[in-house]
Amino acid sequence: MDEPIIDKAVYVELQETTGAEFVDELVDTFLEEATGMLAELRSARADNHADRFRRAAHSLKTNSSTFGAMRLAALARELELKGLDAEPARDTAAIAALEVEYKRAADALKDLRHG
Amino acid sequence: MADAAARVLVVDDNKVNRLLLSRNVQMQGHRAELAENGRAALDMLRRELFDLLLLDIEMPEMDGFAVLEQLKADPQLRDLPVIVTSSLEGLENIVRCIGLGAEDYLHKPVNAVLLKARIGASLEKKRLRDQQKELVRRFATSEVAQDLQRSGFALGGKRVHASVMFSDIRGFTALVESQSPEDTIELLNTYYTLMFDAISGHGGVVNQMVGDGLMALFGAPLPLEGCADSAVAAALEMIELIEQFNLERAGTKKPSIRVGIGIATGDVVAGYTGTQQRATYTCIGDTVNLAARLEEHTKVAGRAILIDVETKRALGDRVRAETLGAVPLKGKSAAVEIFAVDIGRPA
Repeated sequence: MDEPIIDKAVYVELQETTGAEFVDELVDTFLEEATGMLAELRSARADNHADRFRRAAHSLKTNSSTFGAMRLAALARELELKGLDAEPARDTAAIAALEVEYKRAADALKDLRHG
Repeated sequence: MADAAARVLVVDDNKVNRLLLSRNVQMQGHRAELAENGRAALDMLRRELFDLLLLDIEMPEMDGFAVLEQLKADPQLRDLPVIVTSSLEGLENIVRCIGLGAEDYLHKPVNAVLLKARIGASLEKKRLRDQQKELVRRFATSEVAQDLQRSGFALGGKRVHASVMFSDIRGFTALVESQSPEDTIELLNTYYTLMFDAISGHGGVVNQMVGDGLMALFGAPLPLEGCADSAVAAALEMIELIEQFNLERAGTKKPSIRVGIGIATGDVVAGYTGTQQRATYTCIGDTVNLAARLEEHTKVAGRAILIDVETKRALGDRVRAETLGAVPLKGKSAAVEIFAVDIGRPA
């Protein structure tokens, strides 16, 4: 993946259309909510609950693309479209990869937020 | 007016989306209310008035598709404009939303400029639609308005069984000359309020008002069981209300008024007549002409309510009516048997 962690153009446009201060708050909200979404993804996988799994991946995809976190969005999108895997271990691995990318995106967003 | 603040309901299960969409709405000068799922949204829509709905599709409890279905089935909410904002993929989802009545479908993340344009356009369309509905409401009866909404507008009629009533104020011309135009307008407004009340209270529909005269239909545009009974009951109540009105007028030394009512029952052709540009809902046929002649004849007969033989037959013995025999009426080749309804006092 050669996409940047955060697509600056998307982020700047968001600031321009809704205000930098508002975007700061929105980033905070996202960081608060995303932890829950990741947990939901894991628990839906453990419960074998396809609907919840898809919805959690869907939410992550939508929100990360809002801030221009394109890599994260792409990983979440893969999970959303694929749904629960017949082989749970593959999902667990994908979720782990998603969490790594989330940490990167979250750090980048925090930097932007304070920058 | 398109720029006036509107009330927009933002429905999304995701907090970031809710905040972002409502921010966009507010920056456009509108007010945003929030709901977290389809069920909560429907509750709010049924409780309060909104101008526009921004609807997410993928939601727990009740998803956006179900909301669209419910809105479509609800006569009160059917016309509420809905813009779907979703990141659901697949053309079939978009097609499904549009098929269920959504005005538009915007992909998330929603482009703020596009959203602004869509909100503006939807609100403008709603404003025009509201204006049109208001016009129809003011110039047609709610029954006609509903009939129009249900089946659309088409010139032409259908044959229905109905009772037709004509009514006017006796000696109205002399009355108009004896008082100020302002007094006349006030009198007419009170008179019409009373008459409408009596007529619609018995399932009738006033479809024409000319000066002091009105025409009412019982059995069209919607069928009415026992239309003759309803028409006569309405007529008796009209006479009763006029009596009360006269008592009030006597208190302020104003002359009393008297009305004459003619009712005929039978098949009529009901529908829209006129042109594509200007049309009116009415009934035509012998029954209509007969009712009009009966009303005119009340002056000659000195009776308040005259009915035809079909109306009399439908009433049976439920209402006391005296036969006045066969009477020649204008426009009728043969004499017509008419009856005077007993109003319990001299007319």
